[in-house]
Amino acid sequence: MSLRNIGIVYRKELTDSLRDRRTLISTIVVPILLIPLMTIGIGGLMTSMMKKAETDVVPVMILGGEDSPRTVEALHGLHSLRVIPPGADYVQQINNKKLRAAVRIPEGFDAAVDAGRPAHVEIYYYQTDLNSEGAAARLQAFFADMRQRTIEKRMADRNISMSLLRPFEVERQNVATEEKVSGAAAGAMLPYLVILMCLTGAMYPAIDLTAGEKERGTMETILTSRVSRTHLVIGKFLLVLTTSLVTALLTVSSMWFSSRIAAGMLKGELARRGAGQFHLALRAYDLFIVFLMILPVAVLFSAALLAIALFAKSYKEAQSYISPLMIVVIVPAVASLIPGVELNLRLALVPILSTSLVSKEIFTGTYHWGLIGLIFGSSCVYAAAALATAVRMFQREDVLFRA
Amino acid sequence: MIEARGLTKVFQDKKRGAVRAVDGVSFHCEPGHIYGLLGANGAGKTTTLRMLATILAPTGGGATVAGYDVVAQPELARANLGFLSTATALYGRLTAREFVEYFGRLHGLPEDMLAARRDELFARLEMNEFRDRRCDKLSTGMKQKTSIARVLIHDPQVMIFDEPTTGLDVMTARTIVSFIRECRERGKTVIFSTHVMTEAEKLCDRIGIIHGGRLLTEGTLAELRVKHGMSDLEDVFVHAVTQAGGAPQ
Repeated sequence: MSLRNIGIVYRKELTDSLRDRRTLISTIVVPILLIPLMTIGIGGLMTSMMKKAETDVVPVMILGGEDSPRTVEALHGLHSLRVIPPGADYVQQINNKKLRAAVRIPEGFDAAVDAGRPAHVEIYYYQTDLNSEGAAARLQAFFADMRQRTIEKRMADRNISMSLLRPFEVERQNVATEEKVSGAAAGAMLPYLVILMCLTGAMYPAIDLTAGEKERGTMETILTSRVSRTHLVIGKFLLVLTTSLVTALLTVSSMWFSSRIAAGMLKGELARRGAGQFHLALRAYDLFIVFLMILPVAVLFSAALLAIALFAKSYKEAQSYISPLMIVVIVPAVASLIPGVELNLRLALVPILSTSLVSKEIFTGTYHWGLIGLIFGSSCVYAAAALATAVRMFQREDVLFRA
Repeated sequence: MIEARGLTKVFQDKKRGAVRAVDGVSFHCEPGHIYGLLGANGAGKTTTLRMLATILAPTGGGATVAGYDVVAQPELARANLGFLSTATALYGRLTAREFVEYFGRLHGLPEDMLAARRDELFARLEMNEFRDRRCDKLSTGMKQKTSIARVLIHDPQVMIFDEPTTGLDVMTARTIVSFIRECRERGKTVIFSTHVMTEAEKLCDRIGIIHGGRLLTEGTLAELRVKHGMSDLEDVFVHAVTQAGGAPQ
């Protein structure tokens, strides 16, 4: 094995790739520009949606209630609702989204409440329309509050303590630290994103260095040089691996910084609403271990992509072979996001899915060293097999000179 | 020196089954000589030359390049070989200098020797004007000069040219032809394939006519004329092919 020759091939491919616009876009531009734009964009969107949800005044209609002025007046007093005159076409108006919700107040409602008789209020809304569901929720909250106050008044009138109705309280206490909570949030998404970026980062250089060379006619040129095919493929593989890892690292760094900006944007909004903090608190140690776990996956992707793309005669053909691979990779990566899918011995042997699941655990501070070792080992075996396949493919004339 | 002994190449084709692209081809060429492989398209010239260049492995027979066996010592054979064809393109995103240096390094030249050899070649081929220009921005003539510098950077003993003038304009083709002559004058062993009779007549010391993967006849131009009783090489070619039972393509 001549490290010198591998180094020469690697340096040449690096120079070549740094001058290739497609590789630069997938390796550097997407993680540095697109990820922050997406993260900050989502942060901004969430903030504006939260504000809009609070300040938006939605049109509702009151049906009936002529003999219940107290309730009707209270509804008119709600700032978040704009009561519009009643009409028989309220269902159509809700369907047309001109009206968000309607409430039917039965005859003699106020009197029934005062007398302690049962009464039935109906709220009309459009399921799946968020605005309509929001308006219905506001109306429901209004009547729930009114019901609670009525109960309290009735109990007080009868000199009965409220504790009779609520003999005890139940309260949930969160024992997960803020670090674990934010780790779980990051852990769910990050491995998926990093694995995906490892693949997309490797894709263009892998095609360019194989099918691209065939298409441009440089494959024959390089094969006539003294370099052995094994050294050639390893040099190329190392370049593809570099772009894969650089893309993944830039993605994580980019997410880190942009999530802090997005968190800053959301902080005030969440605090005002009494919700928890949003931040991507990742420990450097966890990140390092996850990086180690992802390394064999990047090797697997780089080698597999090289082997597949080499089989193609042209750039276009290689793209058509590689596109289905995206689905093969995305499915196990997404599977790790499904709640309830937890790491076990069997899943530890499934490539990509196991890495995604173990990364999720590591981000929450859970270290099952036995499984971590097994996943790293099995991923290394898959990666070595893929690399051996790529090297073998470079020895095959029927692949290199496929007619 | 280059020697082919019963070189054979059988390709497996899904539709046609086993295809004998090259069938028992034998010839040899001494240093300071040009051996021309003359044949129509699909005759087996490129496959023969690719086997000599160790790009393809023979399925039968063997060959030596500068004394090295193409199957047992392919890297050493390539170290003594320069291969040029219209199919051997340049790396478009590298400059002419980077491209030539890349191949020099792959051939194991130390940096000081590489620099000296590069400067000498660039001066000889008048390449200094565009040495730092990217290959995809070069004209066809400049590209050919860069390719020539690429095959000469390690000063190989054996040169293989596979239809090097195909598709080139007259001026560029002349540069290539005079370069091939220069190789002979410098004592290199040269194998040259073509389907252009005039090129073979002008350049080659010995000519082998190849058809259907088989070497039908070979010799100096004078020997071929006597052997086939014809003075024109084109007539000799047609006669040899017809005698072998094939129709010239």
